Amino acid sequence: MPMTMIAGHEVSVDDEGFMTRYDEWDETTGAALAAAIGIEMTDEHWDAIRFMRSDYQAQGATPTIRRLSTVGGMDTKRLFTLFPKKPAKKMAYIAGLPKPAGCV
Amino acid sequence: MTTQDMIVPAFDDDVETGRTLAIICSKGNLDMAYPGLILGNAALGEGVDVHLFFTFWGFDMITKGRMENLKFSPVGNTAAHMPMALTPMPGVTKMATHMMQKSLEELQIPPVPEFLDLIKASGGHLWACRLSADMNHLSKDDLYDGIDDIINASDFIEKTNGAQLLFI
Repeated sequence: MPMTMIAGHEVSVDDEGFMTRYDEWDETTGAALAAAIGIEMTDEHWDAIRFMRSDYQAQGATPTIRRLSTVGGMDTKRLFTLFPKKPAKKMAYIAGLPKPAGCV
Repeated sequence: MTTQDMIVPAFDDDVETGRTLAIICSKGNLDMAYPGLILGNAALGEGVDVHLFFTFWGFDMITKGRMENLKFSPVGNTAAHMPMALTPMPGVTKMATHMMQKSLEELQIPPVPEFLDLIKASGGHLWACRLSADMNHLSKDDLYDGIDDIINASDFIEKTNGAQLLFI
């Protein structure tokens, strides 16, 4: 498992660069990950990321776009605007979580 | 273990591939409605432009009066793993449909109308077949509200120029 420096912290990541340890993440790290993929974080972005983190902690799985809408109450169309093209993967990356495993 | 430079996944943002997926949904059974919806939704999540065309029996997927009541029948379906002589018995299709709906719900797969909402909100395009509408004497008012339009086969071919195509 590669180790890398993100925002001054040494963290473990997988081969694609997704963080692999939940507790190694903090919001400074999240902001650095977002910047690396060209996303400037706003409060709205953080709401989505914080929901992903807490839902992962409760469920043990990265929420899908549908879950962000049905459980998190987030607007799907808006998520596609905030995290263009590949919202689920981009959010998982910024939140320091694995890519969503579910199909839907 | 050594520390290496930050690895940034390639989300292909800078690649203007213009990938488009066209899916023709021609079946109205519950089990055959899902492949197109699932693949279409997955493609949208990958930044692919998606067009679904509903035709013939697939028209039931977008007809307001029918879309919530699609059925799964094990009749003639050896993959249902039931004795074929039993499959046409009264109540079997109802029971099989109920079981499939339950399995889908447990896996958090939404019912057809809600799935269409998700696809629409994710930027997917939904097209209804003109001939199917005429055959069934249906107008846009009878169809799911998110339908972009009722178009003919030539229009669909034109709209999906260069697309990868799936016929289901």
